[in-house]
Amino acid sequence: MGLDIRWPIGLMFTVVGALLALQGLLAGPDANKLSLGININFGWGCVLLAFGLLMVFFAWRGKQGAK
Amino acid sequence: MSHIQLGGIDYAIMAIYVAAILGIGWTLARYMKTSSDFLTSARSIPTWVTGLAFISANLGALELVGMAGSGAKYGIATSHFYWVGAIPAMIFLAVFMMPFYYGSKARSVPEYLKMRFDERVRALNSVAFAVMTIFASGISMNALAKLLNQLLGWNYHMALWICSGVVLLYVLKGGLTSAIYTEVLQFFMIVLGFAPVVYLGLKDVGGWGAMNQSLQTVATNPAALNLAEAGKSYGPNAWTSAWQPLLAGPQNNPMGVDWFAMVFGLGFVLSFGYWCTNFLVVQRAMAAKNMTAARNTPLVAAVPKMIFPFLVIVPGMIAVALTSMPDKDYRIPPPIVSQENYTKAVEVVKKANPAEPAAAVAAVAEALGVKVRGEKVAALVASNTKTKLSDEQIHKGIYNSIAEYDYDGVILSLVKKYCPPGLLGLALTALLASFMSGMAGNVTAFNTVWTYDLYQAYFAPGKSDNHYFWMGKFITVVGILLSIGAAYFAAMYNNAMDIIQLVFGFVNAPLFATFLLGMFWKRTTGTGAFLGLFGGIGGSALFHALTTTSSNVDAAGRVINGMKGGYLAVVSQFPSEMAQNFWLAAFAFVACFALTLGISLATRRTKTDEELKGLVYSLTPKIVDHEQAWYARPAILGVVLLVCCVILNVMFW
Repeated sequence: MGLDIRWPIGLMFTVVGALLALQGLLAGPDANKLSLGININFGWGCVLLAFGLLMVFFAWRGKQGAK
Repeated sequence: MSHIQLGGIDYAIMAIYVAAILGIGWTLARYMKTSSDFLTSARSIPTWVTGLAFISANLGALELVGMAGSGAKYGIATSHFYWVGAIPAMIFLAVFMMPFYYGSKARSVPEYLKMRFDERVRALNSVAFAVMTIFASGISMNALAKLLNQLLGWNYHMALWICSGVVLLYVLKGGLTSAIYTEVLQFFMIVLGFAPVVYLGLKDVGGWGAMNQSLQTVATNPAALNLAEAGKSYGPNAWTSAWQPLLAGPQNNPMGVDWFAMVFGLGFVLSFGYWCTNFLVVQRAMAAKNMTAARNTPLVAAVPKMIFPFLVIVPGMIAVALTSMPDKDYRIPPPIVSQENYTKAVEVVKKANPAEPAAAVAAVAEALGVKVRGEKVAALVASNTKTKLSDEQIHKGIYNSIAEYDYDGVILSLVKKYCPPGLLGLALTALLASFMSGMAGNVTAFNTVWTYDLYQAYFAPGKSDNHYFWMGKFITVVGILLSIGAAYFAAMYNNAMDIIQLVFGFVNAPLFATFLLGMFWKRTTGTGAFLGLFGGIGGSALFHALTTTSSNVDAAGRVINGMKGGYLAVVSQFPSEMAQNFWLAAFAFVACFALTLGISLATRRTKTDEELKGLVYSLTPKIVDHEQAWYARPAILGVVLLVCCVILNVMFW
């Protein structure tokens, strides 16, 4: 119905992923104390970013196909 | 314990999420032209979307929070609620029942009942369903507001009204489509928000093998962690095997359930009763764009449902393993005790006489208002006399000595333990998402049943579509307000809420017998169905009045708490409440089935074969699936999923 749900999902996770990865990059090593020394913000941020971009790509391809 | 402090990035993630779901509502608003667009999505949505919404509407926060708690209490056997108590029923719905729901063009489950039987059955089902959805969404919103209050220090009323307000805005704008679309987004949010927490937890306990090893030690002496009464011992696999402890009998598994009650009571009656007849989930499949999409909806949903135990149950198991490791500085959270009571208890410890540990223990327990472990309090008092401890150290010692658990706090305690700012925002947003998807699911099912099955059927038939469209929107607002009312009610009258849930248990238990006979036996009559349902409900109430759990009977044989059954007489005692519930469901099903069968045979049919076409299995032309690729045929997909489910059961045998 009208809206391809992959757009909002893709866009939201792209933004959230980028934010999280950025936080992981900018915060000092102290920030990883809770997460067992792993820079989980950066790692998981990248996963979310990739997921978001993939969704956007599928939405874009769907739009091309519909044309 | 102190509140979690959120950073700017955490708020930013929450804000982006809220913006996204409101954006979906606003974008969809312009497509809402008729009541059918608003209430049934005009049957236009692709399978993968309805499938994920189907599972997301079921994945309310109570499920998320509750299943982690059960994972701690019962271990991997909790997965029976998925692999036995969901997957087979979802496959049955897809392959056998969806053709009637979708093919009959009914707009709701109660409407199907009207087509198949008569107005009486529909009225009974729709009224019970409407009331139930409101209470369900109220209970869940109350839990959310309380959690945000305890965890983040947010104001209870503000949390309740703002979260409900967000749901109202996007449902009012985009109707069912909006709810379904946001449910898909929420599904990904929940999975991607909690997965890293599970990963970190598993890593911390030393991986899957190490976790199992510590759980095996715990199982042989569960009383050491207050997971069972003193002296109780299970086999080492009680927390790590799903079937062996169950087959060994109710005394040998922490659930206290036998395999028959599990398979028949949960796996058949309760599970099929929920997944195959509850309009909340069935509505998602009915919104699909065509018959194949509708039938494949529960199958798409079954895939994540099968994997969910690893996301929601494993955290509970991790929590038990961590609690058993002294160096991890973790315990399953105790019930919330006010700061004031902690301060009182600290004073008690400071003044306590180490020569009289028993008096000190009793005084600490009284100050806190919960049970404590005597030896831990005594040790704390002793070490404080030796070298003066700081208030903070004593506070922590007291916290660790509390012998009761708040199992619902398990998942959040792990979030708090492992998540740095950023990931914390993501996990909390996932929690918010699960509450909102639960509420939106209830409200969209409620507004459809009200508008089509109650308002149009009994109050204002024959009006223009525009009228019902307007009513659908109006009742959405009313539904949210009623939910908020129910939330306050739940907050104030906890016991009344328990009674209401108990009564709904009675109403739902026999339901599947009615559907089963209705769909697969053309001779079933409206009178048979109606009276059979009443008989089943009465049967469950009677069963509950005559049975109870063995822990609810005192030494003199008197019942302690009537809410747990046995208030008329105690004919039979069950080892646990769960066992009592499963047997109750089994009894209600058999009662309803037998009554419906008998009364149908004794009464005359009111519907001809022609009228029942498309509603009853034997009178409906079989759907021909040959035009589709083999891998898209529901029957084949169903078999594949069933095989996968069996494999999972064997893996965790």
